[in-house]
Amino acid sequence: MRKLALSDEILLTVEKPARYIGGEVNMQVKDPKKVDIRFCMCFPDVYEIGMSHLGIQILYDIFNRREDTYCERVYSPWVDMDKLMREKNIPLFALESQDPVRDFDFLGITLQYEMCYTNILQILELAQIPIYAKDRTDKDPIVIGGGPCSYNPEPIADFFDFFYIGEGETAYNEILDIYKEYKKAGKSRREYLERVARIEGMYVPAFYDVSYNEDGTIKSFTRNNEAASLRIKKQVEMNLSETFYPTRPLVPFIKATQDRVVLEIQWGCIRGCRFCQAGMIYRPTRERSLEYLKKCAYEMLKSTGYEEISLSSLSSSDYSQLQELVYFLIDEFGSKGVNISLPSLRIDAFALDVMSKVQDIRKSSLTFAPEAGSQRLRDVINKNLTEETILDGAMKAFKSGWNQVKLYFMLGLPTETKEDIEGIAVLSEKIAREYYSIPKEERNGKVSITCSTSFFVPKPFTPFQWSRMDRAEEFIEKAYFLKDKINEQLNRKSIKYRWHDPHVTELEGVLARGDRRVSQVIYKAYKAGCLFDAWSEMFNYEKWMQAFEESGLSIEFYNCRERGEDELLPWDFIDVGVKKEFLLREYKRAKAGLTTPNCRQTCFNCGAKMFGGGVCVEDNTANEAGAGR
Amino acid sequence: MRVRIKFQKYGAMKFIGHLDVMRYFQKAFRRAGFDNEYSKGFNPHQIMSFAAPLGVGLTSDAEYMDISLLSSDEPETMLERINAVLTEGFRVVDFHILPEANSNVRAASAMSLLASADYLVSLKDGYSAEGISSGQEFKEAFLAFYGSEEIIIDKKTKTTQKEVNIKPMISLLAFDEEEYISRLKPLLEVDLEENRNESCADIYNNGIKLYMQLDTGSSSNLKPELVMEAFFNRQGYEFNKFAWQVHRLEMYARDDKGRKLTPLYAMER
Repeated sequence: MRKLALSDEILLTVEKPARYIGGEVNMQVKDPKKVDIRFCMCFPDVYEIGMSHLGIQILYDIFNRREDTYCERVYSPWVDMDKLMREKNIPLFALESQDPVRDFDFLGITLQYEMCYTNILQILELAQIPIYAKDRTDKDPIVIGGGPCSYNPEPIADFFDFFYIGEGETAYNEILDIYKEYKKAGKSRREYLERVARIEGMYVPAFYDVSYNEDGTIKSFTRNNEAASLRIKKQVEMNLSETFYPTRPLVPFIKATQDRVVLEIQWGCIRGCRFCQAGMIYRPTRERSLEYLKKCAYEMLKSTGYEEISLSSLSSSDYSQLQELVYFLIDEFGSKGVNISLPSLRIDAFALDVMSKVQDIRKSSLTFAPEAGSQRLRDVINKNLTEETILDGAMKAFKSGWNQVKLYFMLGLPTETKEDIEGIAVLSEKIAREYYSIPKEERNGKVSITCSTSFFVPKPFTPFQWSRMDRAEEFIEKAYFLKDKINEQLNRKSIKYRWHDPHVTELEGVLARGDRRVSQVIYKAYKAGCLFDAWSEMFNYEKWMQAFEESGLSIEFYNCRERGEDELLPWDFIDVGVKKEFLLREYKRAKAGLTTPNCRQTCFNCGAKMFGGGVCVEDNTANEAGAGR
Repeated sequence: MRVRIKFQKYGAMKFIGHLDVMRYFQKAFRRAGFDNEYSKGFNPHQIMSFAAPLGVGLTSDAEYMDISLLSSDEPETMLERINAVLTEGFRVVDFHILPEANSNVRAASAMSLLASADYLVSLKDGYSAEGISSGQEFKEAFLAFYGSEEIIIDKKTKTTQKEVNIKPMISLLAFDEEEYISRLKPLLEVDLEENRNESCADIYNNGIKLYMQLDTGSSSNLKPELVMEAFFNRQGYEFNKFAWQVHRLEMYARDDKGRKLTPLYAMER
């Protein structure tokens, strides 16, 4: 029987012991003594969140296909366990073998959102691995970072041995093969990192130096080791149909955030919304073939026993064979008690038909994400959704029996005026009026409109990467202004308004666009007790502010200034395909209120064409594309 | 058709709570391709009911659940199929199709039949039993405690607290397996040897352990932890619940005529 790292006494004292025992359905079991490479994959948040993440499951599958490698998992111990592990000096362990993480060859950490950065330090410290890469020795694991936040790795660069920039499908085998060879030859950590730096897409922060101007902006970014490349090119996988997809995903004992089979239908997005980082860094848009997805759906439902399947992508309505896929899932699995959970779709006849088939109309709601309240501002952000489309879609749904609507907006977008903010209240009101224009006997009770705003955070590799971001006080002011405007509406009682904590947003802004100096702030905040910052009940703004003060850095510098066109940005050394010139061109078009067509309509030469695949090569060959690449 | 399933729960699975065990089996049945019956409505769920859910931290040789199937293969095949998809810590040991209700009487649910259960309570290695150092010492101390006319404990519910004499709720006591078997046999309606599976209970070296048969069910219910607590309180100690492993051995129905017990797996066969 498997031995557990923790005693019964500890496991019976903490919340949800299932977070720490492993043993889940489809867990990989290997003899650690019989492999050459031990890899620990980490999602730096609590188990239920981490287990819901598809990326880790994909890499877990890829690594474990190798006979010479055993890939295991670790997640952030929740605060109750954190405390016990520190008190009793228990080293952080991997779930599969329950062995200490510090004895592994690699610790791979996925970086999905900025607010998990203090958790990275927790993982390292509990694992008893030196927090700073420079303090690690040959006996410590190689610590790798990857995922969306690695597109600006600078704020956490000092904590990692290297970053893998891009899609994990392409270069990991090479990284592991070389490791095995170097380990057998008894080569040092430094020699290995020098070799890794020569692989395209790998960024070893220690091989670069950054200097700063007096105003705090970056003066130079230079390499100090000739093994390092001056440009780090994003890795992309072009063949999505024969690429690995985990057909036997892990199934947790406790309810995870995603408690269902997730079918990823395409990568990237053709839309080009100017605030959206994912829409830029995952270019070009690539579809998985219908046949491959059908096969995956079968196998995954069979191997997990899940009762629900959901489709995942940045914009599912743009998947060319969505109708075929959705009707296939309904016909094939609907009768077997499998729920089909729909992504948010553009509301049209197809969407309404599907929704009425798979959802209980009384309980489900319509979702629109106009992001901005006026057409002017929607043009600025290139969100191709008009008021007419929203009202028309809502009306169709109301006539079919729906009466709940969720609306998502952002406050603080570039060029925003009071009229734009008021537009959010006006649009909500118009939707309500649309509903009440239906004769009383034909409608389904009262309408309920939930209007949520988040605060805009400019992200690297978006046209708004130069943009100024609001302070928390400005955000709060805007939220109250909007609240008042909603209360002036005739149907105010049908409109609920919610907004996010602007203080967390400020931090997110700094961590998203920060430079290497920000690492001290993260370190100091962590040492002061900050952890699980993405959890509102855990977030401690005062401690973070103190950490800024002690580090001599300011939120204003990172968030509240417009960056110059010629400024050297911390992430400029990364080549995501999309060119800086394109982003700048888009920023200028945004300020001029000009929209840009989507990738299927016209190519605007963003630069992603250099990868030679996906939507960039599909024009005029639509049939071929549909038949499955 | 209704099916009664008996399963073992052991090892690390003792940390998985009852609701998660239910969810686990729902998925397992799907993986095994069982033809479960679903409730009607927009959120259909598999029809299943458990007899006396096990607390977190306990292991068991005899957990029971009733499920509804629309069709089924031979029990042996079904047993193989379900065990092929279970992970370490769960094992189904019996799959038994309940007889179709004749006249208008539906077969009783496992829960409603339940009258008592057997437990093995063992001191984990590496823990102390408050000065007791051998199985023999423990037996003497426990028998002295049990010998008193009444064993009164404060039984707390959500709203009330009342004094209860738990002595009549304990129907068997033994201190090793041989003694347990010999005391159990005369209480049973069926022959014990035939259907016994190898126990999944953890084995400890210290030899300090206790077998108990306790009232279990809706009319009278006593948890083994309460007996242990009463024992240690009598000795002037706090009961350290982490030091003892509680393991369920079997669950029984009591036949309405006599005082004899029938294990749930043998009911309605």
